[in-house]
Amino acid sequence: MAHADSDDEPTRRDFLYVATAAAGAVGLGAAIWPIVNQMNPSADVLALATVQVDVSQMDPGTQMTVKWRGKPVFIRKRTEAEIAEASDVDLSALPDPIARNANIDGEAPATDDNRTLGEGQEWLVQIGVCTHLGCVPLGEAGDFGGWFCPCHGSHYDKAGRIRRGPAPTNLPVPTASFVEDGVIQLG
Amino acid sequence: MSGIPHEPYEPKSGFAKWVESRLPIGSIIHSTLTIPTPKNLNWMWIWGIVLTVCLALQIVTGIALAMHYTPHVDLAFASVEKIMRDVNAGWLIRYLHMNGASLFFIAVYFHIFRSLYYGSYKAPREITWIIGILIYVAMMATAFMGYVLPWGQMSFWGATVITNLFSAIPLVGDTIVTWLWGGFSVDNPTLQRFFSLHYLLPFVIAGLVIVHIWAFHSTGNNNPTLQRFFSLHYLLPFVIAGLVIVHIWAFHSTGNNNPTGVEVRRGSIEEAKKDTVPFWPYFVIKDLFALAVILLVFVVLVFFMPNYLGHPDNYIEANPLATPAHIVPEWYFLPFYAILRAITFDILFIDSKLGGVLAMFGAIVVLALAPWLDTSRVRSGRYRPTFKLFFWGFVANFFVLMWAGGMPAEGLVPTISLIGTIYWFAYFLVILPLLGVIETPLPQPKTIEEAFAAEQAEKSMKAGTTPVTSTEIATPAE
Repeated sequence: MAHADSDDEPTRRDFLYVATAAAGAVGLGAAIWPIVNQMNPSADVLALATVQVDVSQMDPGTQMTVKWRGKPVFIRKRTEAEIAEASDVDLSALPDPIARNANIDGEAPATDDNRTLGEGQEWLVQIGVCTHLGCVPLGEAGDFGGWFCPCHGSHYDKAGRIRRGPAPTNLPVPTASFVEDGVIQLG
Repeated sequence: MSGIPHEPYEPKSGFAKWVESRLPIGSIIHSTLTIPTPKNLNWMWIWGIVLTVCLALQIVTGIALAMHYTPHVDLAFASVEKIMRDVNAGWLIRYLHMNGASLFFIAVYFHIFRSLYYGSYKAPREITWIIGILIYVAMMATAFMGYVLPWGQMSFWGATVITNLFSAIPLVGDTIVTWLWGGFSVDNPTLQRFFSLHYLLPFVIAGLVIVHIWAFHSTGNNNPTLQRFFSLHYLLPFVIAGLVIVHIWAFHSTGNNNPTGVEVRRGSIEEAKKDTVPFWPYFVIKDLFALAVILLVFVVLVFFMPNYLGHPDNYIEANPLATPAHIVPEWYFLPFYAILRAITFDILFIDSKLGGVLAMFGAIVVLALAPWLDTSRVRSGRYRPTFKLFFWGFVANFFVLMWAGGMPAEGLVPTISLIGTIYWFAYFLVILPLLGVIETPLPQPKTIEEAFAAEQAEKSMKAGTTPVTSTEIATPAE
């Protein structure tokens, strides 16, 4: 550095060097950031479209797929037998023991009750995107009678919990609630 | 520029002198055509020119396709069908572009395996090799994004699976994927940016190709006997490359064009001439002949079986709510796809998803590091008997992985993929470093001249003719 004398006091010139470099770095960053940030979701995409779904006509043992934020959402009205089987699973048998339910505490265990919507464990609402690499799993398939991803062979059980295969987590439950009888609101 | 001594360019007419002192275009053309080239190059040295032609073909057909293509989720699929049915010769242009990608990858794999066998990646060509790997990666990115553009089922789900690879990165993975998508799934913003980047990358590739050729221009052409380093110059076919070079050369003084300060082994023009022949006409004609043969095969593919290398599912418009039963990438990605799927178990704190992604990218990283992993001082595999076995094992393994990547991940396929993955990494991380130490190489010829003469004598003996002497080759009859 351009020291006027040999003592350790920084000179005015040192200050100018550092200030110029810092201003340049900030300016460069400010110039680059919009180019990077323009690739993030735009305002119209971010506008959280809430979707209301009429499920009053669904029978037990059926499911429907609706599109929400560009992704499929599985809504299933489960039978008594399905509820019983899903409730019967020991939590220690689950590769992912967390419920992954956006409506409850993030650390809640993946019990069947924590995975389902409302009372009675009847309604299962989940984002139908395999947590491995994003394919859409097939319903009523796989070794655990729930969902099966054809891309890389992940098996989900009747509560949408990963049981075997490369997927790391359970199918996520989106923000959802019953706004009136028979109508589920997503988002 | 070149380290090999050869006659400098001397402009004759007054106009040529006037141009040369301002823009040394004459010496570029001259040094391109007269560049001394090892006279013993075999048929594996044609792939560079094939790749050059592929890049030109892809850029030309791509520009034509972009005139008719619409990058929008509602219109993309229909606009591709419009190109196929309505646009004059649109079917031909699209099939050329589609299959041109395959030809591009066939050529690049030959080119890479050639370099691995003959040790072209070794000193002093490491930078050429690294840039070559960068070109290869850029090619893969371009091919991947191009495949998304028709917006068929395979396009959509291929894009979904591949972009989701980045979600395996700890902490920031999901943010990166959202950023790549411009939303919460593969959708219109994704399609539009892929179109933009697909258009951009070939120009990046063209730029890298220039540096690639430039780098090996200064170190010279590798050759089967590898006694000397010689230059080869393919610059001419590049319009874009040419523009950049003209730009750079124009503000450099003419001093750069004079090849001086030669290395010891390149003693004199006479000495260099014994080992080389000029690029023109010998290698230009040879390359053009090879190119004609390859293009003949290529047009058969384009005209008689244009969809042979594609997937029927991609003629179904993309449906974000239904995944096809069996997703397969294009054939040239299959070996890496197999490596991705081979890791089905957790390694310490790395889960299987991240492990697969790391293995896939790592497979390319170890390839790039080959110059430093190979400890042998003998460059060509021709004089390394043990290396040969492992090299051909590596080639066979490549095809096994390609097969495994195309099969559903059931039964024995994951195990075979895992074995193939282990061999891929072992080849670079264990076999190449160890072989250089323990292997006893065969004796190598002292000069290219000597090797060439021996080869000619052998050929002549079989054919019953008199061998051509090196002086006859080196000084073409006036």
